[in-house]
Amino acid sequence: MPLINIESIHKTFGKLEVLKGVSLDIAAGEIVVIIGRSGSGKSTLLRCINGLEKVESGKVVVDGTEVSAAKADLRALRQKIGIVFQSFNLFPHLTIEKNVTLAPRVVKKVSPDEAKKAAITALERVQIANKSGAYPSQLSGGQQQRVAIARSLAMSPKIMLFDEITSALDPELVGEVLKVLENLASEGMTMVLVTHEMGFARKVANRVVFMHEGKVWEQGAPETLFKSPKTPELAGFINSVL
Amino acid sequence: MLREFGIDDILLLLTGAKWTVLLSLIAFTGGGLLGLMVAIGRVFGPGPLKFLIECYIRAIQGTPLLGQLFLFYFGFSIFGFDVSAWVAISVAMVFFSSAFLGDSWRGCIEAIPKTQWEAADALGMSFVQKLCYVVLPQAARIAIPSTVGFMAQIVKNTSLAAVVGFVDLLRMGQLVTAATFQPLTVYLVVAFMYFAMCYPLSQWSRILERRYNATHQH
Ligand SMILES: Nc1ncnc2c1ncn2[C@@H]1O[C@H](COP(=O)(O)OP(=O)(O)OP(=O)(O)O)[C@@H](O)[C@H]1O
Ligand SMILES: [Mg+2]
Repeated sequence: MPLINIESIHKTFGKLEVLKGVSLDIAAGEIVVIIGRSGSGKSTLLRCINGLEKVESGKVVVDGTEVSAAKADLRALRQKIGIVFQSFNLFPHLTIEKNVTLAPRVVKKVSPDEAKKAAITALERVQIANKSGAYPSQLSGGQQQRVAIARSLAMSPKIMLFDEITSALDPELVGEVLKVLENLASEGMTMVLVTHEMGFARKVANRVVFMHEGKVWEQGAPETLFKSPKTPELAGFINSVL
Repeated sequence: MLREFGIDDILLLLTGAKWTVLLSLIAFTGGGLLGLMVAIGRVFGPGPLKFLIECYIRAIQGTPLLGQLFLFYFGFSIFGFDVSAWVAISVAMVFFSSAFLGDSWRGCIEAIPKTQWEAADALGMSFVQKLCYVVLPQAARIAIPSTVGFMAQIVKNTSLAAVVGFVDLLRMGQLVTAATFQPLTVYLVVAFMYFAMCYPLSQWSRILERRYNATHQH
């Protein structure tokens, strides 16, 4: 039984069909990178995994819970699935430490002491423990993004979703965030990443999924996929990004 | 019989000022509580509720406060309630404030980006948790300048209550003037007392704004 099981899901926004029957299984501990052109439905697919978007048909099952069910307990599910966005979305009115401790305290009802300890551990994992008293606006983009990762990690998720988390960063700040992702990967976290960092995909991914026009167009191990694309669409895409 | 303007008159004016402060406090706390409900209902309520609240806001903002004072003052007695000017005015001021604050706070809540809701959603927070820990604290900061500005408005607007016989600071000024016939002195003192109430408010708002900006240099 895969940890994430996606079965022919469809999703439309108004008249626009964004996901046209996507199926994908992801095993525990797997690192899957999703690539594809802008508008191909990568973010939407990611957001369907933790129920931020509702699917019209098909099925999404995560860790035995059917996300797509009408009565799914999304709040319980989301405690198991962390997601990090391109735009950080830290809480600007809270210090770094409070950003990280908020959800464990109010959602998981962890004691303040325990939450603080977990926050320190999480912030150490993203190598930013010395900023706990600062506010998000006082941090660089790379630092903010690492805090956003720590905020998710503090909930001890089983799965982490990352949506182009380095795309909004200055080039010199990308490395520090990718480094954190590599560490997470080496710790055995199940990860699904949308990224344009092809070098990173090659190095870290177990599997690369190429999305095109709302479908999983091609997938496979990074080496084979990048070296010998089977479809002209993937070949064209690889050419355009390399 | 005229008398000299003296310490007794200042004490009288202070009694008037006391009622002005009290009425302002009632208008602000009552109006603030009701206004929060108005704002939340307007943003998150079901369609019909939103519509009703919108009508409520429009009705109150589209009519003069003076008219509302009369309406409540005479309205109560028409329906057989024998209430003092004090109660009628308080109720009118609370409604008036709730409409203004509700409308302005609605805007502040809506100004919080959708991505903040989403980030909280993704962490498994409930609606109330998202509202209390993420959205309202941020909205409150945006609301500070207009809210404190409105508090000063309320203080000044309470003087309208004099028309239905409520003896607030301004009305007391008129009474003292009649007894002493020194309008200039009296009204200077009255003006100073209003200033003494409103100035700290505007200073306070400035301090809060500065503190807010210090941690939010976007
Ligand atoms: N909430 C929404 N309402 C309407 N249309 C949407 C919404 N979200 C996404 N779309 C549309 O769905 C399509 C797919 O969007 P999606 O964000 O999944 O693409 P993507 O592959 O992540 O692209 P990008 O690389 O630009 O992030 C786009 O055409 C987008 O405009
Ligand atoms: Mg996207």
